[in-house]
Amino acid sequence: MTATEERPPATEEKRKRERKALRLTWVDLFLWVIRVTAIIVILWGLIGSIQIFASGEGLSAAGWRDLVFSSLAQGAMYGLLALGYSMVYGVLGFINFAHGEVFMSGTLVGFIAANWLFENGVWEANPFLSMFIVLIVAMVTSTLIAVIIERVAYRPLRGAPRLIPLITSIGMSFFVQYTFAGLFGVGFNTYPPAPDVIAGTVNLFGLEVRTTQLTVIIIAILSMIGLWYFVTKTKAGRAMRAVAEDKEIAGLMGINVDRTIVTVFAVGGAMAGVAALMWSLLFRSVNFFTGFIPGIKAFTAAVLGGIGNIGGAMGGGVLLGLFEGVGPLLILGGLGIPGASQLKDAVAFIALVLVLVFRPSGLFGERLGSEDRV
Amino acid sequence: MTATIAPAGTPTEMSRSTINMGRVVRVGSLVGAAMVYMSVIGLLATFNRRLLIDPWLSLGYLVLFAAPMFGGLQFTKRVKLEGLEPEPPSVSDLVQAAIAGVVGGLIAALFASLVNAFPDVRSTFPNWSPELVEILTLGLGVGPAFLVLPLISAAVATVAAGSSFLPERTRKAVVAGVLTVVAVSLFQPVVDDFFDWLPAIPDFLYTSTLALSPIAALVVFLIGAAASYFKPERRNGLAKRLGSEDPAVRRRTTITATIVIGVAMIALPQFLGGIINELLVNVGFFALMAIGLNVVIGYAGLLDLGYVAFFAVGAYTTGVLTSPLSPTWTPMLTWWQAFPIVLVMAALAGLFVGTPVLRMRGDYLAIVTLGFGEIVRILLLSDWLSPYFGGAQGLRNIPGIPIFGTEVNVNTPQLMVYMVMAFVLLAAFVSWRLEDSRIGRAWAAMREDEDVAEAVGVDTVKAKLTAFITGAVIASFAGALFAAKVGSVFTNSFEILVSIVILVIVIVGGMGNIPGVLVGAVVLIGILGGPSQPGLLQEFGEYKLLAYGALLVFMMLKRPEGLIPSTRRQRELHQEEFLQDAWLDRTPSAPGPSVAEPHGDDR
Repeated sequence: MTATEERPPATEEKRKRERKALRLTWVDLFLWVIRVTAIIVILWGLIGSIQIFASGEGLSAAGWRDLVFSSLAQGAMYGLLALGYSMVYGVLGFINFAHGEVFMSGTLVGFIAANWLFENGVWEANPFLSMFIVLIVAMVTSTLIAVIIERVAYRPLRGAPRLIPLITSIGMSFFVQYTFAGLFGVGFNTYPPAPDVIAGTVNLFGLEVRTTQLTVIIIAILSMIGLWYFVTKTKAGRAMRAVAEDKEIAGLMGINVDRTIVTVFAVGGAMAGVAALMWSLLFRSVNFFTGFIPGIKAFTAAVLGGIGNIGGAMGGGVLLGLFEGVGPLLILGGLGIPGASQLKDAVAFIALVLVLVFRPSGLFGERLGSEDRV
Repeated sequence: MTATIAPAGTPTEMSRSTINMGRVVRVGSLVGAAMVYMSVIGLLATFNRRLLIDPWLSLGYLVLFAAPMFGGLQFTKRVKLEGLEPEPPSVSDLVQAAIAGVVGGLIAALFASLVNAFPDVRSTFPNWSPELVEILTLGLGVGPAFLVLPLISAAVATVAAGSSFLPERTRKAVVAGVLTVVAVSLFQPVVDDFFDWLPAIPDFLYTSTLALSPIAALVVFLIGAAASYFKPERRNGLAKRLGSEDPAVRRRTTITATIVIGVAMIALPQFLGGIINELLVNVGFFALMAIGLNVVIGYAGLLDLGYVAFFAVGAYTTGVLTSPLSPTWTPMLTWWQAFPIVLVMAALAGLFVGTPVLRMRGDYLAIVTLGFGEIVRILLLSDWLSPYFGGAQGLRNIPGIPIFGTEVNVNTPQLMVYMVMAFVLLAAFVSWRLEDSRIGRAWAAMREDEDVAEAVGVDTVKAKLTAFITGAVIASFAGALFAAKVGSVFTNSFEILVSIVILVIVIVGGMGNIPGVLVGAVVLIGILGGPSQPGLLQEFGEYKLLAYGALLVFMMLKRPEGLIPSTRRQRELHQEEFLQDAWLDRTPSAPGPSVAEPHGDDR
């Protein structure tokens, strides 16, 4: 779009919009049917679950509590991953499909460090130091991979039509995935068992909580605070926000746009590295495909929270974790659908569709640059 | 900033005769990195098992030394600019290529010695094996490798760079000869299969290891080179005649080409054996899906990443309707009776997926369709719906296609090829007719700019839904044929990877162009194979998806319009900007920060 293009007078635009709003097409009707059906199904499922719970069958109160906490922990991980999608989308306006692979690279290389520490006895003797080392290794790897991907694949495509970088990132995703499959083999690598210090449960305000899950949540909160400080208080963070708002003007103001974009990818990568440590605490086993599905879900979380919105990404992640952790049992279980937990991924994707049907700008609002607000 | 820009139009003569050490080291490191990369992911060791020319050359070494070859070519590559005579290659180019080759070889040798020194890493990196060290050091041991590897790689790089000293015609002949040798040795199964009636030819060409013998390689090289060298200069090539201004010429050429291709298609399966026909059937399935996806992406510009869902709908509907083992509901229709119902189901699925995504941004649409694709697969696999679709057990005993009293199924590969071909033709014809129809023009307008299209009266809702439905119906052709051909359907045939592979076919072939898409399907599925179907190069096996990913990135960066672009697409993505950038890169010798890096947003 050129700057000289004339916009139609505001009144005419407004009238047009009103006319559009009045016209109820069958598409709107269809969308309303989807909305209403979704609400009915959810309510029905909820009532069913409550009945099951009241009759004393199904999951006990303690069972639900564990489920909620494990979902929260997983959601915190999605949130950290979602940050990478959200920030890149906010700045460059495309979905960095390869971000899940950035995360996967952190889990796999972190595994080497963890294994080495375990074999040398540091893992048990010095659990916090070991975790810190694994964290640093994972963060450095993920950051490096993210920056390399940006340099090789995305930088030559600045200003290309929107779908071109998206398709490139899909290609990059598979390339990185199968590179790691070639490097590490396709089998699963299992992290050493969590050190005794965080293996048990801890009593939190009268609630028994698994320590690993609590650790994960604490790490997520700490990283969020760090990120918030970085984005709002530092010069680089301010440059990031300026570039996200308008690349051209930011460039005119003396901000090095390319370097700032690299920073965005690096920060996103570092957060993915933190998420990699969380994954290793929660699930332990990793392979080259570890990043793919969590990546898509994290993108869902970013959309859920409102893309480009950093706080929203975290909130979206936690919500998505709850949806897919508690949702299948709570809603599908309440409807009497067998094998509800098999449908976990489907629930996450349905959540994505519903969010985009109900509220395309996410729950907490989008923050996009001037050229991406379409 | 002291910007010193070299005077426009005059090539900086002096800079060429010197050696640009920075560039040499950069190219050399890239060459080394490429060689190490092939080694670490195990590509080298896997490919090394396939011999091309019996004792001398394996596929592994071919790809390994392709790295210094391309590195060497970098130094004699000239950007062709209109009105400027490209500089002739010079000796210093050769020297640079040689040094770059040495650097690359040294890096590879260093890597080999590292792997040799730390054998323990194998527990983590299964491919860093003693076998790899032996291949990299050419079986000579680690010490000599530091001498031999740089030497060979320098020689390859120099020869590659030196090829530009040859006259154009000779160089083309040499390249053609080499390519013929590689093709004949790689496609041994096809040649073998094709010359079933004259076994003397394959017997002469191939040794017992299925590789070319050195003498055969020489003969094949000479034939390929001679064919290229003595090829008559055709003023009226096929491509030229197809693009001719004169509609009569164009029409005549099209009709002739169609007849020739048609006769070849009908005759070909009769000459081919089971394996190649099986391959052709797979190519056909993917070609069908690619034609369908081409309607959605290429014509309408909607990036659908869950396209495999429609394939699944086609296959499962056919399965449920025809199989006697379909649980719960067993109508046991024949394939032809089921077919219309399959189409209706697919159209409904297209409508159902298409409607919620109507108002979404292009990239949201991509991820939502991907989600739909996964939802369909998960639901088909789940216990919940297994009373209808068999869950993990899938649907079995799906009958073949009854036609003129015989049943077309897995046991009649030749008939299956005809069947699939007929549907590919049908789909190609339909989408070709659609392209310039009213709805096709609406798609094009919508693809270029949705707001403007709407403003000039294009009904974008209708256009989008038609695109989705057309795509879904074409994919369901493939699904119905697939069910009949395999005789059973399982969810693992409908993984997300299938969608991605179809996307690669469409993009590599050329978005929006049916011949391009068909060529893409033949080349990619024929050679590399589908996600779970082997292609001709079975060595690719586990590296198939790596190759697909790399291809996708490469095409997007270098040739977004595809191998055989549609005229319109090419105009859209015209390379003018790239040429300008290349021109700016031409003056790297200017001292200091010469040209401010072109700003992405300025474009």
